[in-house]
Amino acid sequence: MSSAGEHHPALAHHFESLDNQKEAATLGMWAFLAQEVLFFGGLFLVYALYRNIYYPVFEASSHHLNWKLGAFNTAVLICSSLTMAMAVHAAALGHGRQAMGWLIATIVLGAAFLGVKVVEYHDKWTHGLVPGLHWGPPETVAEELHLSVADALHAQLYFSLYFAMTGLHALHMIIGMPILGWLAWHASRGRFGPEYHTPVEMTGLYWHFVDIIWIFLFPLLYLIGHH
Amino acid sequence: MTPAATSVREAPALPREHYLNVSYGWKSWLLTTDHKRIALLYLTSVTLMFAFGGTFAALIRLELLTPAGDLVQSETYNKLFTMHGVVMVFFFLIPSIPAVLGNFLIPLMIGAKDLAFPRLNLLSWYLYMIGAALGIFAMVRGGVDTGWTFYTPYSTVYSNTHVVSTALGAFVAGFSSILTGLNFIVTIHKMRAPGLTWFRLPLFVWAHYATSLIQILGTPVIALTLLLVALERVFHFGFFDPARGGDPVLFQHLFWFYSHPAVYIMILPAMGVISELVSCFSRKRIFGYSFVAMSSLAIAGLGFLVWGHHMFISGQSSYAGIVFSALSFLVAIPSAIKVFNWTATLYKGSISYETPMLYVFGFVGLFTIGGLTGLFLAAMGLDIHVTDTYFVVAHFHYIMVGGAIMAYLGGLHFWWPKITGRLYPEAWGRLSALLVFVGFNLTFSPQFILGYLGMPRRYHAYPDEFQVLNVLSSAGASILGVGYLLPLCYLIWSMRYGKVASANPWGAKGLEWQASSPPLTENFATQPVVNEPAYDYAAPEGEAAVV
Amino acid sequence: MASHVVPVRVYIGVFVALLALTFITVWAAGQDFGAFNTVVALAIAVTKATLVVLFFMHVKYGSSLTKLIVVGAVAWLALMLIGTTSDYWSRGWVARPDGGREQSGFHIEGQ
Repeated sequence: MSSAGEHHPALAHHFESLDNQKEAATLGMWAFLAQEVLFFGGLFLVYALYRNIYYPVFEASSHHLNWKLGAFNTAVLICSSLTMAMAVHAAALGHGRQAMGWLIATIVLGAAFLGVKVVEYHDKWTHGLVPGLHWGPPETVAEELHLSVADALHAQLYFSLYFAMTGLHALHMIIGMPILGWLAWHASRGRFGPEYHTPVEMTGLYWHFVDIIWIFLFPLLYLIGHH
Repeated sequence: MTPAATSVREAPALPREHYLNVSYGWKSWLLTTDHKRIALLYLTSVTLMFAFGGTFAALIRLELLTPAGDLVQSETYNKLFTMHGVVMVFFFLIPSIPAVLGNFLIPLMIGAKDLAFPRLNLLSWYLYMIGAALGIFAMVRGGVDTGWTFYTPYSTVYSNTHVVSTALGAFVAGFSSILTGLNFIVTIHKMRAPGLTWFRLPLFVWAHYATSLIQILGTPVIALTLLLVALERVFHFGFFDPARGGDPVLFQHLFWFYSHPAVYIMILPAMGVISELVSCFSRKRIFGYSFVAMSSLAIAGLGFLVWGHHMFISGQSSYAGIVFSALSFLVAIPSAIKVFNWTATLYKGSISYETPMLYVFGFVGLFTIGGLTGLFLAAMGLDIHVTDTYFVVAHFHYIMVGGAIMAYLGGLHFWWPKITGRLYPEAWGRLSALLVFVGFNLTFSPQFILGYLGMPRRYHAYPDEFQVLNVLSSAGASILGVGYLLPLCYLIWSMRYGKVASANPWGAKGLEWQASSPPLTENFATQPVVNEPAYDYAAPEGEAAVV
Repeated sequence: MASHVVPVRVYIGVFVALLALTFITVWAAGQDFGAFNTVVALAIAVTKATLVVLFFMHVKYGSSLTKLIVVGAVAWLALMLIGTTSDYWSRGWVARPDGGREQSGFHIEGQ
């Protein structure tokens, strides 16, 4: 199975064809995403256990998050997944400038998401709910979360998880955005077309995965016990 | 019986151009994407780390010559066994065979020009170096004393040592491991030569494929866990600290979910090496090829189901303990299948006793003992008696040192002519193998007895009645040390002064032996095509060995 | 694997479905399904994730190897989650020979 791009500039010397190279890249990216599932998965395990053991504390702490901002951010990321998919689509058709546009849109949406997270993190900071850096005295925390002072101690577990999980997620977005920028640059130079658009597709896989993590984080962190 | 001679009578000569002389200078090495050069970069690094780990071992054995804790303080002793474990596990055993032999050989064995992602391969090495640098930094600044297992809340709250840098060092090295595994999986799936179907692959490749699956699925969990330990130390999160509502047993679950499969990362590649060696030095097709291949996958899969056998006395539920115990018995089966198949390969084979084969015999015997004693430990009732004693220490050293390191040395010797174009001095090779075998057994067999009699691990002082066995163990360690130093010397010597090797000095089957010794940068002048099964040696009855 | 170009209308359809499901996520959180609250929330999230995987990530049009990797990764995560929480869940199921009490704060029924 050889492709028309026998001497395509992007063909590496150790692959027999662009198709072979693309299959390898795809398999490689999926293997990487598989390990990412297990990487985030450890945090989900910690979350699952402590949510079960300290449910009232988790519920009260979750109420302190602004679910509307969370929902907004979820919608933002879903939009960014659409723009990313459209970027891959455009690149596959060789429409470089359109692909660039969709990629820039994805970056903008990602930035919007991160902007909201900054607002949220700042809110937690001002309320003394950042474990290790700015955690209020137990009485203040208890009052803030409508918990007893004894339970307020365990609220640290919830907020530690909140910052660890959303922080790790945000880090993945921060890593992704310059890559999107690099792709936008190359798309504008007409580097991608039907026979070669692998980097766009692979970055798309990564970006969609980051979206999926958030799809789980939103209900698990923001919507505990809203009934 | 000497290795089968090539049909050409004149002395072999090095190929005019090969991967070692194609370019010179530090940039050509530090910026290389050639899998063979990267393998040598790894060889240098892991040897250095092994020297660190071995030094800690020497100090431990020195301390244990006398019952009193008189060489170092107990706090220092804690650091010695911790650093020994951290360095040996994360910076030697896990990378060694895959990153050195796997990197060098897999593309050659499948008829490819390189791994799927050569630049990622180089990145893997740099990540390893960064991880090692963090580990060395921690060592130099005073070490870590938590045990290589980093149990909480000691590691996260109470220890006053360099936990964060060590944990981060292992974290970074973990990503080196993940990327190597990823590279191997894609390479094996997508870059096999025409005609090289899955069931014609060398078992070395199958073994590394299974190992890579474990690396992908398991390593991220330890990465996250170590990251949480570091974060907990810095930000006082409390996930694993009872004082804040956290659970130390949860840490153990997360830790062992990786660290048990990790031992299979350490042994599966070694088993792959043994399959190659036993076939070549019996001049016989491996017995039960598909069983051996499938058993590698079975070990990889089952290995993920047994982690709780490290936690029998942790407070884990007895019910879970029973399940983990039963599953642990199950995971021994595929390993036993391999041992039976290697033995059956020897039967009616034309056996020769070159250095690599001596390591094979050492491996099969010692791995079997190590594996059987693992069953002792899998039995929950017996484990409660011997856990945290020298019985456990002996068990895993039989597998890791008697098994994995012997296979590593055997493989290094076997493929040395391919890697360097030189033969090592055979007499020195055999002497070293013998010293390693004798030294190893003297070091670790007394430890089974010590453990059974109740000597705890991680203690630097012990009752007087244990001294004789400890002295024997330390004596053995000194012999083992010599056995390791000799190859370091003569292998380096051979790179300059060793006899020039032909492309296939052993007369072995396998695509790597069709490349020159040393190979070209692109491995093969023309794309190999495969038409025969693996290990296609002639049938043993009455026939001369075929080159 | 030939380059399969997914029609834009599929992307739009999935996009609309994802937004709708997000709306449902919030709505469902306001309902009381008793013991099934978490199950419902996770089921909706899994549905959304599946749509992203199948269509945005092209797994529906991809090789069986890709599908195997997705299933495998999720299966391994499930193994880790179930294996670990089973310890907590099964504390006290079997009497300890020394008569000790096994306990954890973990409980299954009711939220």
